[in-house]
Amino acid sequence: MSATQAEATTVEQAGKASPPKLFVSVSPHYKNTDTVSKIMWTVVACLIPPLILSVFIFGFQVLIIALVSVGSCVGTEYVANRSLNRPTDTIRDGSAVITGLLMAYTIPPGVPYWMPILGGVMAIYITKVLMGGIGYNIFNPALIGRAFLVATYPVAMTSAWLSPIRDASVFKYMGAGVDAVSTATPLYVLKHYGLAEVIERFGSLSVIYKDFFLGWRPGCIGESSAFLVALGGLYLIYKKYISWHIPVSVIVTVGVLTWVFGGETLFTGKPILAILSGGVILGAFYMATDYVTSPTQPAGKLIFGIGIGALTVLIRLKGGYPEGVCYAILLMNAVAPALDNWFKPKRFAPQPEEGA
Amino acid sequence: MSAESLATFPLGGIHPPEGKELTEKLAVEVMPVPKQVSLFLKQHVGAPCEPLVKKKDKVTEGDMVASTEKLGAPIHAPFSGTVKGVQKALNPTVGNAPALVIAADEEGEAKTYSQNDWTQMSKEELLGKIKDAGVVGMGGAGFPAAVKLTIKPGVKLDTLILNGAECEPCLTSDHRLMVEYAKDIVEGAKIILKILEIKYCAIGIENNKPDAIEALRQAIAQSGSQDGYNIVVKPLKVKYPQGSADQIMQSVTGRVRPSGVRSSAIGIIVQNVYTTKAIYDAVVSDKPLYERIVTFTGKGINRPANVLVKVGTPLSEIVDYLGGMTPDVAKVIVGGPMMGFAVSSLNVPITKTTSGVLFLTKEETDLQTHYPCIRCGFCVTACPMGLQPNEVGIFVEAGRGADTEEFGVDDCFECGTCAYVCPAKRPLVQFMRLARASIAASKKK
Repeated sequence: MSATQAEATTVEQAGKASPPKLFVSVSPHYKNTDTVSKIMWTVVACLIPPLILSVFIFGFQVLIIALVSVGSCVGTEYVANRSLNRPTDTIRDGSAVITGLLMAYTIPPGVPYWMPILGGVMAIYITKVLMGGIGYNIFNPALIGRAFLVATYPVAMTSAWLSPIRDASVFKYMGAGVDAVSTATPLYVLKHYGLAEVIERFGSLSVIYKDFFLGWRPGCIGESSAFLVALGGLYLIYKKYISWHIPVSVIVTVGVLTWVFGGETLFTGKPILAILSGGVILGAFYMATDYVTSPTQPAGKLIFGIGIGALTVLIRLKGGYPEGVCYAILLMNAVAPALDNWFKPKRFAPQPEEGA
Repeated sequence: MSAESLATFPLGGIHPPEGKELTEKLAVEVMPVPKQVSLFLKQHVGAPCEPLVKKKDKVTEGDMVASTEKLGAPIHAPFSGTVKGVQKALNPTVGNAPALVIAADEEGEAKTYSQNDWTQMSKEELLGKIKDAGVVGMGGAGFPAAVKLTIKPGVKLDTLILNGAECEPCLTSDHRLMVEYAKDIVEGAKIILKILEIKYCAIGIENNKPDAIEALRQAIAQSGSQDGYNIVVKPLKVKYPQGSADQIMQSVTGRVRPSGVRSSAIGIIVQNVYTTKAIYDAVVSDKPLYERIVTFTGKGINRPANVLVKVGTPLSEIVDYLGGMTPDVAKVIVGGPMMGFAVSSLNVPITKTTSGVLFLTKEETDLQTHYPCIRCGFCVTACPMGLQPNEVGIFVEAGRGADTEEFGVDDCFECGTCAYVCPAKRPLVQFMRLARASIAASKKK
């Protein structure tokens, strides 16, 4: 990297030199305007609206949790790269900010403020930096951070849910202890008490669909508003930063499998409820589509997405946890390199037979 | 004509800024004879030429001054003058290379050329004239035209494609040629069709050159079809790299060339429009290839223009003729922005295959450091050959360039599409070249 910077200084001087010094590089000499940091910061921008709404749903403390999480991720990246004598300017590319935001988005809104610090160290140092830095991590850092927190602090991570604020008193939960205010997520209620109890607690199905779509339901910090999360994701698809394959296959698979197996008998599950609860939308648009940990080919992406959807439903219906998106994505991350090996791009030219 | 009906290739491709507006409307101007020229002894695919003249020899315009018995094309004096010997000159692709230097006479006068009736000539006569005139593929490849048009017995051809796509941004030399010399191109097409003993010729042109399409259609209509030739213009969708041989063959005929075989195996010969014009000059006027239209363009040059220059003219003289470079020029590229070669000095002579020279300013010069691959797969989606530049880059960085054959490195023609879309700004074309070199080196062992 230092060599390239030396060239850059030469070009700075080039204009002043006479005759002008000419810069020489390999073709192409035109490049488009997308850069890694532009893409990453666009993703960050798409992630901000759900956070703002979350402040009005779960209270002001979610903003602090998110900031602590981002700070921990960016700080860990800086310290880790610094201590390993690697370039530290990667903290400006926005990828650690995304990790921090996504990790905060997948933890409950009532956890202690120090908790994301540990998750951030785990996410960035162990999952990313030690694997070789950006581009070389096998697993999604944010989800490893979350999984680490679930394993280490299972009580807080599975019970610090808050009831949505309906009267805009955003400082309501600031001082209160977690136990005093905790509630249960729709998925938890569904798993342990059944659909009737969900309707009992959250209103009729039409009320549930409207509330859950807009975001007024117990859940993790950034996942509750299906509408805003999907809106940002659709913008990324419109910008062609991500393709539709993974989000669509994840969401459709969750819907179909829940409809088939999620009810008392076959074909009586509630697909829309399944898609709107938990982290399906957030995971499908933002986590499963992480470039580094997902396949590159459309066919591989579809299978990757179907795998995530299927594992999510399996964990939700048969596993010990009410929600399975996080582990489903992590499991499929491990399969992604194999999917890239199996599904090669279609070559332009048919390859001649051996010896022909 | 609606955009949907335009022929194109389906796999990959990009839409870089076209940048042709600076020069596309400018008529070709003739540059005065330069003081001296440096003629590279190798301006073609094959072996270098041997000089046929000695130091202090007098030559006149159009004299053959160097040739080779092996695969290659002879080289001719672009004006009357005195030979100054063989010297090293800077070649944009291979570094220093031997070149024959000829200084112009004070009172050199332009040669006049005859008008032959080519329809009376035999196939062998036609090929002989093309060979003697030193015609090579002028789209950049530089393959000797006479060799390309000598078809082995048993090969079944049915289509001649004239490549007028000019998909490379900023360049307009082929465009102006098609507008101003449409008749010559159509005549040249008939000469090639006669040599190949086929009847059908399609001229593929990107749809951003409506005046060229119109000019050629008129020329075809005027030339009549009583001789049984069927020549058509095929407007193509504007998409890079439409003008690559594989892509234009697929766009025009729908046929795909299998990896590792010549286009004649699928019944097609592709010639650049400029090569066709050079063939016309060689056959009808006995005029060798020693001058050509070159686009000089970009924000870094004071007066962008399409200039007819002598082969061997150093860039510096043409730049002076066009009013010099702007103070903020930072990069000079022989060729276009996608596949051209950046040069370190203006002491670079024009060759038979130089179609343009691009002058970029500091703002347009990309100085970003490259980043690790984030595996977004943009390059894989964009690659017109369906390759995996991302994987090749990672292998090369890990020192395993020789293991990249499975990614189809041999199919890569270095169009630069992958590096254009790469958000990490990785030098993927360079990685591809390194991979190819590593594979070649490992096979030698």
